[in-house]
Amino acid sequence: MKASLSWLRDLVELPNDIGLIRDTLDDLGLVVEGIEEVGAGLSDVVAARVDEIHAIEGADRIRRVIVDAGNGPLQIVCGAMNFEVGNYVPLAPVGAVLPGDFAIAERKMKGIVSYGMLCSGRELGIGDDHAGLLILDTHAGVAPGVALTDLLGIEQDFIFDISPEGNRPDAWSMLGIARDLASRFGADVLDPASAISIDGGSATASAAITSGELCGALDVLELSGVLVGDSPRWLQRRLEQAGMRAVNNVVDASNYVMLERGQPTHPYDAALVAGQHIGVRQARNGEVLKTLDGTERTLGQPGRGLGDTGVDCVIVDGSDTVIGLAGIMGGESSEIRATTTNVLLEVAFFDPMTIARTSKRLGLRSEASHRFERGVHFQGRREAAARFVDLLRETCPDLRVAAHHEALGTLPVLPTIAMKASDVLALLGTEISLEECARFLEAINCTVVQSGDQLEVSVPSSRLDVRHGALGRADLIEEIARLYSYRRLLRRTPTWAAPGGLSSRQQTRRLVRSIALGLGWSEAWTASLISEEDHALTHAGDPVIRVTNPLASEESIFRSSALVGLVRAWLRNADRGFANEAIFEIGVVAQHPEVASAPRAARGGEAGATSLQLPHEREVVTAVLGRDGDDAQSAVASWSVIADRLGLLEVEVRDGEAPLGWHPTRYADLVDVATGAVAGRVGEVDPALLEGLASQQLSGRRLGLVELDFSVLVEPTKILRRDVKTPVPSRFPSANFDLALVTPKSVSALRLRSALRAASDVVESVELFDVYQGAGLATDVRSLTYAIRLSREDGTLSEEAILAARTALLEAATQLGATLR
Amino acid sequence: MNSPLDQLESLVAEAIASAEAAVRAEDLRQAEPLLIGKRSPFVNLQKTLGGLEPEERKSAGAKLQEARRRVEEVFASRLTVLEAAEKSARYEADRLVLGDVVASRVQLPLSAGHPGVVAITQQSLEDVFVGMGFTVAEGPEIETDWYNFEALNIPPAHPARGMWDTFYLDLGEPETVLLRTHTSPTQIHLMEAAVAAGTLPIHAVMPGRCFRRDTPDARHLAAFHQIEGLVVDRGITFADLAGVIETFTKAYFGPDIASRLRPAYFPFTEPSAEFEITCTICRGSGCRTCSHTGWIELGGCGMVDPAVFAAVGIDPDEFSGFAFGFGIDRCAQMRHQIADMRALTDNDIRFLRQFS
Repeated sequence: MKASLSWLRDLVELPNDIGLIRDTLDDLGLVVEGIEEVGAGLSDVVAARVDEIHAIEGADRIRRVIVDAGNGPLQIVCGAMNFEVGNYVPLAPVGAVLPGDFAIAERKMKGIVSYGMLCSGRELGIGDDHAGLLILDTHAGVAPGVALTDLLGIEQDFIFDISPEGNRPDAWSMLGIARDLASRFGADVLDPASAISIDGGSATASAAITSGELCGALDVLELSGVLVGDSPRWLQRRLEQAGMRAVNNVVDASNYVMLERGQPTHPYDAALVAGQHIGVRQARNGEVLKTLDGTERTLGQPGRGLGDTGVDCVIVDGSDTVIGLAGIMGGESSEIRATTTNVLLEVAFFDPMTIARTSKRLGLRSEASHRFERGVHFQGRREAAARFVDLLRETCPDLRVAAHHEALGTLPVLPTIAMKASDVLALLGTEISLEECARFLEAINCTVVQSGDQLEVSVPSSRLDVRHGALGRADLIEEIARLYSYRRLLRRTPTWAAPGGLSSRQQTRRLVRSIALGLGWSEAWTASLISEEDHALTHAGDPVIRVTNPLASEESIFRSSALVGLVRAWLRNADRGFANEAIFEIGVVAQHPEVASAPRAARGGEAGATSLQLPHEREVVTAVLGRDGDDAQSAVASWSVIADRLGLLEVEVRDGEAPLGWHPTRYADLVDVATGAVAGRVGEVDPALLEGLASQQLSGRRLGLVELDFSVLVEPTKILRRDVKTPVPSRFPSANFDLALVTPKSVSALRLRSALRAASDVVESVELFDVYQGAGLATDVRSLTYAIRLSREDGTLSEEAILAARTALLEAATQLGATLR
Repeated sequence: MNSPLDQLESLVAEAIASAEAAVRAEDLRQAEPLLIGKRSPFVNLQKTLGGLEPEERKSAGAKLQEARRRVEEVFASRLTVLEAAEKSARYEADRLVLGDVVASRVQLPLSAGHPGVVAITQQSLEDVFVGMGFTVAEGPEIETDWYNFEALNIPPAHPARGMWDTFYLDLGEPETVLLRTHTSPTQIHLMEAAVAAGTLPIHAVMPGRCFRRDTPDARHLAAFHQIEGLVVDRGITFADLAGVIETFTKAYFGPDIASRLRPAYFPFTEPSAEFEITCTICRGSGCRTCSHTGWIELGGCGMVDPAVFAAVGIDPDEFSGFAFGFGIDRCAQMRHQIADMRALTDNDIRFLRQFS
């Protein structure tokens, strides 16, 4: 909402300090997005008559122009082409400073000196047209040297670009804004509206509402003696400053009333309305209307919006033909024309939700729909009608109001709310007296009756955002706080007994991040929304979680894996010359409910009455290791660091079937030996996938890959932790020796290790330290060398005990088919 | 008279035999021109058809095409078989039993890891709130319209739904499943759970990733991170909210940064406020970043709307509460003076290396 200071000053007395007004508006919740200064820098600009135009040799975009601005011929070089000899145009002479601190100086172009600049409307900050110079010929009193500000009646002004909040239907009007300012500055609001006076004459029109739930009230003024022409210049300028286009005096008066009072109105050429009848009803499915913007619109059809059953409210004429889309846009057929003499003015209240749904479904928004969907001040519709008449009468002296027709439907019931000072204190924590509360509420046109320690507040229709009962009480207390000023409200830092803290999951996440950083991995953030092609690289055939309304097809699928995103991020760095990097991400991936092992059910739909199947979200830690020397082995080694730091009991690196996108023969699942739960996977990026994504040859570089199912990893019942009981190592010397065992490939190193550890109670530790296969060994076996450490808590081991333990170890190995090498 | 096609069957048999005899895909590919391509007998035969009568030529041409197609089929399927076998042999040759990897003997490359700026910002924000007595809660990124909107007092077609440009998912009825546009649905989950378990009051902050259908620019990303706070307790007032905001502002941004509130509208809070902090660039003296006001907007807050309490079954006569929320990325951008937010998702290692 663009509000000019001069217009506000017509409605309320304001201080001179622009900064103070801005700050006050902000503090009232009328956020000022910007302030535009108009008319500044125009004081030196004068009208100049074009006397000669000459081409410049070697230049076809600029011309040499001789003008007279009251002091004889003046040479200007000008790039505009839209004028001819005899036209009057604005001249900014040397020394002038135009809006935007643009100082005019002598300039030489193609060897010709220009002593000033001829200006377009935009350069002067008084219009958007910059197709050419502003032509001043039609302005009364134009002559060389006349000041532009005198000629155009421009006064210096400030335009506040105010962005009203969603609960402020009143702030979409100059009066609403003025009312807030008046309260803060202790001034009165000067409302220029009068009452409707009927001039009489033959009344032939009628008004009717068929669908009362869609239209609460319809007033039709029957006007004659209309002379269509331009509006007065002051009114045109106000519309332009508010961002609207001046059309003609009838349409302009309607728009002016909307800006001033927030009530949209619609004028019809009475001669074009069959039967002189304005009716309101629900559109029938398939009815068609050509709106003012020239578009044919099919009405009454259900939309995709939740709960949109296709209810459209329309205006019909006496033959029941649709002539307007109620509250949004009129139809072409009954538009005001140059020849219009009789006007039917519609002033109505339409159901906000209906307007909102129709406007959303048709993608058609107008200044009117904007206000109707927030709720217009239906109690003020007669003042709006009267104001329209007063404004139009300025240009139509013969204007007569023949009749005022009114039809009523179902209007919203306005709340009456009881409140006490203690309610205000309980919500705000600041004590505000009942009298002061009453004063604030009256400032926004509430009717307040005080009885004892309680206020009975009747809310006006200008505040349809205020709800009934306890909800409305909160709404009104917000109004009190707002007008009192949030900045004056007390502050108190609360304390409570319950301690703050991170959950164990959150602590584990931080630990994993810190381990990852320690491993030299850098943290990335790749997109959750990816392309269908990228999704298929790891989850071909799986149903996709598709975004209905993506910004781009590359961001249309919610990812089921971060693998491709991270590989792409690594490749982009490699392309920039930074291939020697390992990157990781901790983030959410999801599986479509049709394939998810545990789809989530949650309430949804209207009123949350339906149970919806949602994708299963998993938090995963994904790492792509692309440093020189990285491969599946570094992925395994990194995992062992993580497992160790997390204190996991026994998770096996177990060969498994590689998922899509992973190297099929360098892959393992990370399986908790006791529970069978899978904590994640390690391996390498499938070279085929890498090759497909890379823009250049990577000369055999391997990308190690770690993916941890964080959601599983943090569950101590799924991935077991080391015992809390912490054994103290023996203080006596241990016996250390190695065992090289030729072991069938079917027996995992971990399984053999477990067997060795369990072989004797003097075994302190068994650690694999070498694997050999090849010459001298059969193809179905490999040699595993373990470092064995034996000890006793209560003394040094005897030779016999060591020998016995060794025998037991070999026995355990034999049971698994392993033999001493 | 001999037809030029007399030898066709034997040609076909020969070609098929030689395709099936190929043992390497590469050999087969090299043989392609000779077997079915430009230099194959089929092409030679094709040329001889020119001398035939039109009718005859038509039928002979069709036969020739059909024969050639049969060879091509065999060729293609053989090539698929050989390529698959070679690929699998390549993978087989590359096989590594990861269970036998001796972790202690793997030389891991030594490099310094750098944390994500969003992650470290989130951690330090969490730490400030934990110090103030808050717990940290989390919620899903995919939500229903109930949690994201309706339970937060934003019914269908409410104009306020337009405040958030929502990504909807093709699941369930249209516009019922969506990517959360804010972390506020986590509030609903938290309150529902606390009511069900009888564990009110709540003092929690809720960080998380959110999505809005915004074209990315220097200050916005379509995916972003928010942190939300919720206090539901007895006797909580707007004064507590303003106090928490001020305490947080000073603790996180520094003692010379202050906060102030101004009226705003959020359907789920009443009264609602936008909170501003002293401009961290000019320290309040006015600059371009703060449009010469000395203040910059950080987030939204307010007292929990009674309608929200009704949706989750909390008695508004016993409990009251406040909520607040703001952007984590925005804090990161301010604290580290990052000119363009898009750097956060570029993952350029030269950018990442600057954080520790």
